Amino acid sequence: MITAERKPLEEILALIEPYDRILLVGCNECVTVCAAGGRKEVALLSSALQMARMKEGKTLDTVETTLERQCDPEYVEELVASIDRADAVLSMACGCGVQEVAKRFKEKPVFPAVNTKFMGASERQGVWAERCQGCGDCLLGLTGGICPIARCSKRLLNGPCGGSSNGKCEINPDVDCAWQLIWDRLKALGLESRYEDIAPPKDWRTSRDGGPRRIIREDLAS
Amino acid sequence: MKEFEPVIVAFCCHYCAYTAADMAGTMRLSYPPNVKIIKVPCTGKVGGVHIMRALEKGADGVIVAGCLEGDCHFKDGNVKAAKRVSYVQKLLDEIGMGPERVEMVTLSAGMGERFARIAAEFTESVRALGPNPVKEAPAGRARAAAASS
Repeated sequence: MITAERKPLEEILALIEPYDRILLVGCNECVTVCAAGGRKEVALLSSALQMARMKEGKTLDTVETTLERQCDPEYVEELVASIDRADAVLSMACGCGVQEVAKRFKEKPVFPAVNTKFMGASERQGVWAERCQGCGDCLLGLTGGICPIARCSKRLLNGPCGGSSNGKCEINPDVDCAWQLIWDRLKALGLESRYEDIAPPKDWRTSRDGGPRRIIREDLAS
Repeated sequence: MKEFEPVIVAFCCHYCAYTAADMAGTMRLSYPPNVKIIKVPCTGKVGGVHIMRALEKGADGVIVAGCLEGDCHFKDGNVKAAKRVSYVQKLLDEIGMGPERVEMVTLSAGMGERFARIAAEFTESVRALGPNPVKEAPAGRARAAAASS
């Protein structure tokens, strides 16, 4: 999932300071799962913002809504019904959702209420960790299902480096050395010989180095 | 000027605090009428938004009263509730309300005396904090009036 964290309330309040009517939009997908911008978080933020305003002797009207998916135009269209009741939109979706809403409603200022963080997985209840950097050329098949791009601090393709100590990374004793994990996994699979293969320099053009990316499926594209 | 009488909303677990409040009554113990009890099946059912909405609509303080640790009928609803309460306390701090208006307490069904004491002490500590600043604002007064009607 795409993970996110709510921005500090002070920052959100500063963003919406000039506006008295806010459309607060959550998303039912990733940000719901990582408890950053689903229905519950929308209700909590709405309440906190209204109280912060009332405390100052002012008012804030909030319309709360949570879309099935904010990164899809067909769901963003549902906001047509409530957009006129707001002077600005505050989105609790990831950056993709914020931009879709901004694109659809050009006459309304749209602000993010969360900081989008990374593509990750749940380690346990309430803990999410980075697992993928979307490099566009997946090599998990070579590394025992553990990504050295997302999980090695140096993104080494031929690790580990000298900073690996007792299976941990030198940047932080709580961070596993990805290459230790890769080695352990290859050994468990009986694929130690794969470790000897030297990976050539990676072609980063499939990643962000090639500029903004898009996928076109000719059989689906309209 | 009339002395400020705080409105306290208490989310009480059916299995402990609610029964403890009942016990306090049976024991003829008096506790401040400021405390308005809302019975919940478990404090694990109390979400952050319930606490926030209570304050938004004019409560001066909120207590979440659950079972003693290890005694939850649903395993760990009280532990989850305690974490949510501390999350809401931080949120309230972020908007400048301070964390003191919300408190998590634990007790057993037989602790009528403890319930009465908690009710009295919390009412007094909220009285010392003064009225909920949200309720004092014009928009908040309208909301509080609507909530109590």
